[in-house]
Amino acid sequence: MVGSLGQPILFLVALGFGFGPVYAAAGGGNYIQFLAPGVIAMGILFTAVFSGIEIIWDRQFGFLKETLVAPVSRTSIMIGRTLGGATVALIQGVVVLIISLFIGFHPSFVHIPAAILFMLGIAVIFTALGTGIASLLEDMQGFQLIMNFVVMPTFFLSGALFPLSGVLGTIARFNPLCYGIDGLRATLIGVSQIGVGTDALVVTVVALALVGIGAWLFRRIQV
Amino acid sequence: MPTAISVKNLTKTFGKLTAVDNISFDVEAGSIFAFLGPNGAGKTTTIKMLTTLVAPTSGSITVNGFDPTKNANKVRKSFGIVFQDPSLDDELTAYENMFFHAGLYHIPRKETPARIKEMLEFVELWDRKDDLVKRYSGGMKRRLEIARGLLHTPAVLFLDEPTVGLDPQTRNHIWTYIKKLNKDRGLTVFFTTHYMDEVERIADKVAIIDQGKIIANDTSANIVAQAAQTGGEAGGVKTLEEAFIKMTGHNIRETEAGATDHLRQMRGAWRGARR
Repeated sequence: MVGSLGQPILFLVALGFGFGPVYAAAGGGNYIQFLAPGVIAMGILFTAVFSGIEIIWDRQFGFLKETLVAPVSRTSIMIGRTLGGATVALIQGVVVLIISLFIGFHPSFVHIPAAILFMLGIAVIFTALGTGIASLLEDMQGFQLIMNFVVMPTFFLSGALFPLSGVLGTIARFNPLCYGIDGLRATLIGVSQIGVGTDALVVTVVALALVGIGAWLFRRIQV
Repeated sequence: MPTAISVKNLTKTFGKLTAVDNISFDVEAGSIFAFLGPNGAGKTTTIKMLTTLVAPTSGSITVNGFDPTKNANKVRKSFGIVFQDPSLDDELTAYENMFFHAGLYHIPRKETPARIKEMLEFVELWDRKDDLVKRYSGGMKRRLEIARGLLHTPAVLFLDEPTVGLDPQTRNHIWTYIKKLNKDRGLTVFFTTHYMDEVERIADKVAIIDQGKIIANDTSANIVAQAAQTGGEAGGVKTLEEAFIKMTGHNIRETEAGATDHLRQMRGAWRGARR
């Protein structure tokens, strides 16, 4: 847990204090305020995808095989695993939130419960995605590909680090993480490019859809 | 004698590769049945089909009276399985692993503690029940998996290469447990192995599979006698191992490293460094 916190903290400190003056000079305001929700989402994103991918390992050597051979429906196994992974990712997000308070982040405390809902939504989306992808892979080698071609672009084109506009902005509209982060910003700092209602709707719909797709892919696993 | 497992014309193809080619055999209830074969012969694929992990391409299977493709859950309740690679949760204690299994198999809550105690005592792990499984040696993990596999009192126990990598004392222990269960409870045992001496000592019947086809299905004494009679090599065939090599040839079976082998290699490299 401690090890995986390194990355978000690094981003917060390096980018926050690094780009802070530049951002402010360009008229953007306080960068740490803008950045922190993005970094919280980053912590959740990576932890969530990772826990889904663990299935590849578990399938051969771990507990998963035991559950696949038990008289339990595959769907309930998949949902259980997704919720479990999402919970871990959510806790990660909360820890990053707490740490960001020490770096200078001032969120609206009243709205933190709502923010946690968005965090949960992001966690479920990406754990289900990780689980679905892992159901298709048999080897850890595919994991590297996933990290580079799926997770990284998702992160960088989500408005986590910089406000999106123009072409990138249009692309980002298709990225569920973009809505999740916008929702986090809306609840934590009251600034939103898309609108909190739309964010909540998109996150919920995508979460449910991905759990459904993930469950379907999981059911088709042959060990 | 009733049949615990019945397989008729079972075939499994993966694209162009025929892993299991029209095999048929029966396993009598209460017997110990060994399934032998060289690398890549189709042993593990067959077990996976019997245990609902893989769907057959064609043919029929009956396990304890049920068809795994149609009544998967009924079949699953009726067998226990010890896989070739450990499938325990390392971050839980032995007791917790057993408890989780009880939940998965719908064992009534009231009965669970007594059953766990009985099985753990049977494999002599009761005094280590609260230790994390990651602190267990390979032999202890195997014993725990046997205890777990039998927790829901199944009629059949499947074991895929159960004694690979274990020291002689542990191997001996494991077979002693299994023989006792077979004798006292009429447990049907189906196992795959490369260790012929175990087969000769333990199994009631043996089937030999090679390149997806069954080439022998008899007691080991009969197989040795038959192999000794057929022409070919000079020098008598006296043991099952000699008979096996005579029947399947001396060449080493080269098989391509599959995904499972990659994972096993990674596991070796990362042993102890996981997370």
